[in-house]
Amino acid sequence: MLANSSGMNFGRAFIYALLGLFALLYLTPLYVMLSTSFKDIEEIRSGNLLALPQDPTLYAWSKAWSSACTGSECEGLAPFFMNSVKIVVPAVLISTIIGALNGYVLSKWRFRGSEILFGALLFGCFIPFQVILLPMARLLATLGLANTVTGLVLVHVIYGVAFTTLFFRNFYVGIPTELVKAAQLDGASFFQIFRHIFLPVSIPIFTVTIIWQFTQIWNDFLFGVVYSGPGTQPITVALNNLVNTSMGGKEYNVDMAAAVIAALPTLLVYVLAGKYFVRGLTAGAVKG
Amino acid sequence: MSVSKAKRPMTLESLLPKLVLAPTTAAMLICMYGFMIWTGALSFTKSRMLPQWDFVGFEQYGKLFDNPRWDVALNNLVIFGILFIAISLLLGLLLAIFLDQKIRGEGAIRTIYLYPMAVSFVVTGTAWKWILNPSLGLEKLVRDLGFEDFEFRWLVDQDMALYTIVIAAVWQSSGFIMAMFLAGLRGIDDSLIKAAQIDGASPTQAYWHVILPILRPVFFSAIVILSHIAIKSFDLVQALTGGGPGYASDLPANFMYTFAFNRAQMGVGAASAMIMLMGVLAILIPYLYSELRGQKNAS
Repeated sequence: MLANSSGMNFGRAFIYALLGLFALLYLTPLYVMLSTSFKDIEEIRSGNLLALPQDPTLYAWSKAWSSACTGSECEGLAPFFMNSVKIVVPAVLISTIIGALNGYVLSKWRFRGSEILFGALLFGCFIPFQVILLPMARLLATLGLANTVTGLVLVHVIYGVAFTTLFFRNFYVGIPTELVKAAQLDGASFFQIFRHIFLPVSIPIFTVTIIWQFTQIWNDFLFGVVYSGPGTQPITVALNNLVNTSMGGKEYNVDMAAAVIAALPTLLVYVLAGKYFVRGLTAGAVKG
Repeated sequence: MSVSKAKRPMTLESLLPKLVLAPTTAAMLICMYGFMIWTGALSFTKSRMLPQWDFVGFEQYGKLFDNPRWDVALNNLVIFGILFIAISLLLGLLLAIFLDQKIRGEGAIRTIYLYPMAVSFVVTGTAWKWILNPSLGLEKLVRDLGFEDFEFRWLVDQDMALYTIVIAAVWQSSGFIMAMFLAGLRGIDDSLIKAAQIDGASPTQAYWHVILPILRPVFFSAIVILSHIAIKSFDLVQALTGGGPGYASDLPANFMYTFAFNRAQMGVGAASAMIMLMGVLAILIPYLYSELRGQKNAS
């Protein structure tokens, strides 16, 4: 009995040690990014990855934000951060609103063929985007939207709607159809039912969808690198350019500060609303 | 007259659901399925800089598979895919099982395992590029610890660069797999394990023979998600190795991008995109089929 319980304690200690070790491993890259970003280049050369900054400086942060070179121009990440904001805000809002209405129809106003339509849309969540890159570039050029923020918003809305629709449809399926029927008998219209019955209970699913879309679009690189031009590049593309631009010596501290700046908005959302973030991940799990 | 007046708003109202779905339907038909067909057609033409419609049969596919770079990219995808999926599954399952032992501070630990998922692949690539830096990164760290001859230069090693991508990708995605398994474990009744233990099974045996079989669907979805991430991997390679040294760590998505947009070989690029689509379909169709069948059996 005694041996057994001490064996159990040993087992539990082992489990805690292992979980702790992995927690440290997962945290290390973030720690390295942060500590490197506060060092000067001398200290980086003389010290090592895990050493804390001896003499913390904001040099790398200010350079990454406002004067580092991202190709031919040297204005730091600030303008690209703004580009990302200009792309993300409308793209998230539009795709979420369209998704909410689509989900409302696909769950409560089914018609002949609507299930097939949903299936076809769902399938779109899975296609490798490489298969649409070339024709989309032609379409954007034809519309005069090549290399524009508007073009990128359009692309993100088109390929984001499949997910937002899926999220809302699966959420609204859980609302009793009798409510819709009863409201119809009372003479409520399509949009009135949506506004007065569905919208008030939709806050959680709006949160999940907005966080999901925000993370996806902020972190996007593929559409950004293919459809943006100089001046409209999102922050992920600018970060990649900054790291691969080698004018003068390599400044790893600036690279790391830039990486943290690019990661900050989504990390912040994760820390503040992790619960919803995880819910979106599992809801969008079909896609991954 | 009055009848038709009463009827007209009715018809508009009854058309509304279809009207609401119309823009999405149009966008889907054109920008997903139409574009897929367009790319498919393009892969059978001579297109280089600009699309043109001289059909040449499978010539571009021939060129594609004769290209040593595509060969490398496909091989890399197989190696990367297998390692990435196997390690993420193993790590995710292990961490989930350990976290499921009524651990104090579980919430905090879960948050830590999962945060890389909130970060973009470009940031991940940038961070690991620095950590694995051949002279100032991990190598120097270990040398400073006293192992003067330690060498770690995978990032610039033709044969090893691909494995740096595996490391970074596992770091980013394994926490998510952990969350999936944990959710699966939470759905299993505790009494099952207890019953197995009363029958004399050790905890390991109980997990192996009772719990893992129940988790089968989670394994299935996790594998589909991970292989989907693997096939689409582009940003991480671009940020971490740039496909290098040379093209040693290229994946198909990077090949497609390079040939379609940097090399003006649209036909070859389209052909490679179609092969990627086939790859996704080969995984997806059996999955969807079994999911749908499962749903039918359930209801």
